[in-house]
Amino acid sequence: MQPDSSHVLSATGIDKIFPGARALNRVDFSLHRGEVHALLGENGAGKSTLVKCLTGAYARDGGRIVLDGADIDPQSTLEAQNLGIGTVYQEVNLLANLTVAENLFLGRQPRRFGLVSARKMNRRAKALLAEYDLDIDVTAGLAAYSVAVQQVVAIARAVDLSGKVLILDEPTASLDAHEVAMLFRIVRRLRERGLGIVFITHFLEQVYEISDRITVLRNGGLVGTRATADLPRRELIAMMLGRELVQEVAGGHGARGEAGDVRFRFRGFGRKGHIQPFDLDICAGEVVGIAGLLGSGRTETAEILFGAERADSGTAQADGRALDLSSPRAAIREKFGFCPEDRKVDGIVGDLSVRENIALALQARRGWARPISRGEQDQLADRYIKALDIRTSDREKPIRLLSGGNQQKAILARWLATNPDFLILDEPTRGIDVGAHAEIIRLIESLCEKGMSLIVISSELEELVAYSSRVIVLRDRAHVAELTGSAVTTDGIVEAIAASAGRVEA
Amino acid sequence: MNQRYLPLAATIAIFLIAYAVCIAQYPNMLSTRVMGNLLTDNAFLGIAAVGMTFVILSGGIDLSIGAVIAFTGVFLAVLLQSTAIHPLAAFVLALVITTAFGALMGAIIHHLEMPPFIVTLAGMFLARGMAFVLTIDSIPIRHPFYATLKSLYYTLPGGGRITLIGGLMLLVFAAGILVAHRTRFGANVYALGGGAATAQLMGVPTGRTTILIYALSGFLAGLSGIVFSLYTSAGYSLATVGVELDAIAAVVIGGTLLTGGSGFVAGTLVGILIQGLIQTYITFDGSLSSWWTKILIGALLFAFILLQKGLIQFTGRRRRHA
Ligand SMILES: Nc1ncnc2c1ncn2[C@@H]1O[C@H](COP(=O)(O)OP(=O)(O)OP(=O)(O)O)[C@@H](O)[C@H]1O
Ligand SMILES: [Mg+2]
Repeated sequence: MQPDSSHVLSATGIDKIFPGARALNRVDFSLHRGEVHALLGENGAGKSTLVKCLTGAYARDGGRIVLDGADIDPQSTLEAQNLGIGTVYQEVNLLANLTVAENLFLGRQPRRFGLVSARKMNRRAKALLAEYDLDIDVTAGLAAYSVAVQQVVAIARAVDLSGKVLILDEPTASLDAHEVAMLFRIVRRLRERGLGIVFITHFLEQVYEISDRITVLRNGGLVGTRATADLPRRELIAMMLGRELVQEVAGGHGARGEAGDVRFRFRGFGRKGHIQPFDLDICAGEVVGIAGLLGSGRTETAEILFGAERADSGTAQADGRALDLSSPRAAIREKFGFCPEDRKVDGIVGDLSVRENIALALQARRGWARPISRGEQDQLADRYIKALDIRTSDREKPIRLLSGGNQQKAILARWLATNPDFLILDEPTRGIDVGAHAEIIRLIESLCEKGMSLIVISSELEELVAYSSRVIVLRDRAHVAELTGSAVTTDGIVEAIAASAGRVEA
Repeated sequence: MNQRYLPLAATIAIFLIAYAVCIAQYPNMLSTRVMGNLLTDNAFLGIAAVGMTFVILSGGIDLSIGAVIAFTGVFLAVLLQSTAIHPLAAFVLALVITTAFGALMGAIIHHLEMPPFIVTLAGMFLARGMAFVLTIDSIPIRHPFYATLKSLYYTLPGGGRITLIGGLMLLVFAAGILVAHRTRFGANVYALGGGAATAQLMGVPTGRTTILIYALSGFLAGLSGIVFSLYTSAGYSLATVGVELDAIAAVVIGGTLLTGGSGFVAGTLVGILIQGLIQTYITFDGSLSSWWTKILIGALLFAFILLQKGLIQFTGRRRRHA
């Protein structure tokens, strides 16, 4: 591929070899001026690795990178930044111990007389975030804000840094629809300005909404680059998976469980300042969806059900027996499981192996006095690595070396392995590719057939509709509506959410 | 009030309360004399502790400073005894050596990815060993220039004296505060303490910053050694054993998180003053063993670590519900 003048960035023959895994195999990638280029592929295909090779975060083992007609060889992300490449990496991007403004301007703080001027910096930070409809105290520590706000801050920083190229690695994974729309407005504006934008995501709707061209990777190799307009969705999925997907999203089964007996009964369950008291009944084998905007109390509901926050009112019963949900430990003993949203904070233990991470919750329930034998652990790990298609060179690999989506799958496996009676999944398919997505939904269905009760929190309404028999809608930290039977449709949910109106503060 | 100021506020409150208690018992302690002596007696420790603050803020530790202080003292004493070199030139030489020594440790920590604890522990033995190689005796310094420097002071109302070295410590603290909070280097130090991998992805030059941090600590340990030789008018290779631990204690009592990323240089000054105050109280009392200083500092340290742990948990909780 010869770099021509319409290319702002072109990479040819990029190689990257990790011990035990070849992550990239002679990949070519080119980015035009003024285009949004979607970089797609299954979990572990090598997307993040390619980005890191382009921005100097990893040293590549081969290949050539040309920026604006000149060869470049960034040795560090700083160098890439100075060349005009701004990046939002998939993992945590900012420093929780610094203020919002310090994060935005780290390394390029405005100075007066050679000294950093905090006043100027804060003013500029405020102005910068205003473009994203974000009106927050920029002098407060970043840690005080939700993951979504942090993500917007990371994006704002990268956009501000990108003179020529902007790379976004799954930036929308923790954003709600409103924030995604805002991000896309900004991306379009940058595209008009002539920037080249690389966009990685597993949300195919977003790909079709915003991208001009698509490059697909599979197993570290290039599958092809196509114009988005000429690539139908089915064909795109086939390119990604290397096979046809039988059923993209499983068909709905809205009526499930309604005939069954109520198994779990919550009455007036709540906690001041977190979630208002609510009533909830769930049958064995039933899937109840929870919908609502960010900050509406979805995660709070999950936490109180799991004892991560102690309820200060109400009762919980299973088959008429009172449940002890005073702490996660107690909840686990009651055969509850909770797969949290923010896997980096609450989920993975980075230095432990995939096997150990999967066995963790089951071990916790058994108590440390009765260790799970090594053979059993191996079996467990192998079973879920296969069932969820976790891409890893072997089960002893430290989990932090897995791709983002595969880490997510391992956390899910951890909770499925405990074989819970009651499982809460908070955004279970975030960052998971279309193929695995279908696998997970199938797995959830088969578990429900065995009698597990399930609560799924999700911003993807189609997904909720597909497997929930009921959907509870939250707003301002209260349960405000419950849709059942034929009322469970995406439109129905959107309406119920909108009935509240008003933008929820971050 | 902003969360992050809480440990600093707690330190200042403890200092004020402790001072009030002291005065209640020994009204004489409320004098500029006592305050002036507090500064002079702790000058060398304070200067070294500024360097330690930067190191700890970045998530590291420097165990070598006590040994470097002793080395500097011995180096100056031997040099001034056996050559005709002017003390100022000797000072410059000593600072160059200690700064390079710190930079070397920083480079090893960064490039060989070794834990700072191990590298600076080795540095400690090396520096102490070098001091022994120079001499094992305590060598007095009788250069007239030393006498001149020691005679410089500013008299406060009430008869207290800000000596040259006491004033120098205050200057170093002022400079430290400026560097930590008003320069890009300072911001990078905090960034490193918040997480080296993330800082690297955000474009912080982690290698350069690490080397500079340990070079700064080495420089300030050298300066501290000069001050100590002025204070004692001698060089002795067995001096200042364990001073690095006093410095770490001052930093932590000053509200800096031992895990890095959060704290204030100004807090360290208060930490130093608290330690000095306890010592002064014991001197005034006369009957207490000086080991009470250690015991009280130990208790304070423990209390502060508990306070910080509580704060971290509290912020952790708040964050999840933000
Ligand atoms: N530091 C590392 N050491 C060893 N192997 C690694 C390392 N980083 C990534 N890998 C491996 O390289 C492969 C590609 O990972 P990469 O993170 O690029 O995937 P991805 O396409 O971004 O996937 P996802 O959609 O899940 O984020 C994976 O198999 C992963 O296990
Ligand atoms: Mg990735």
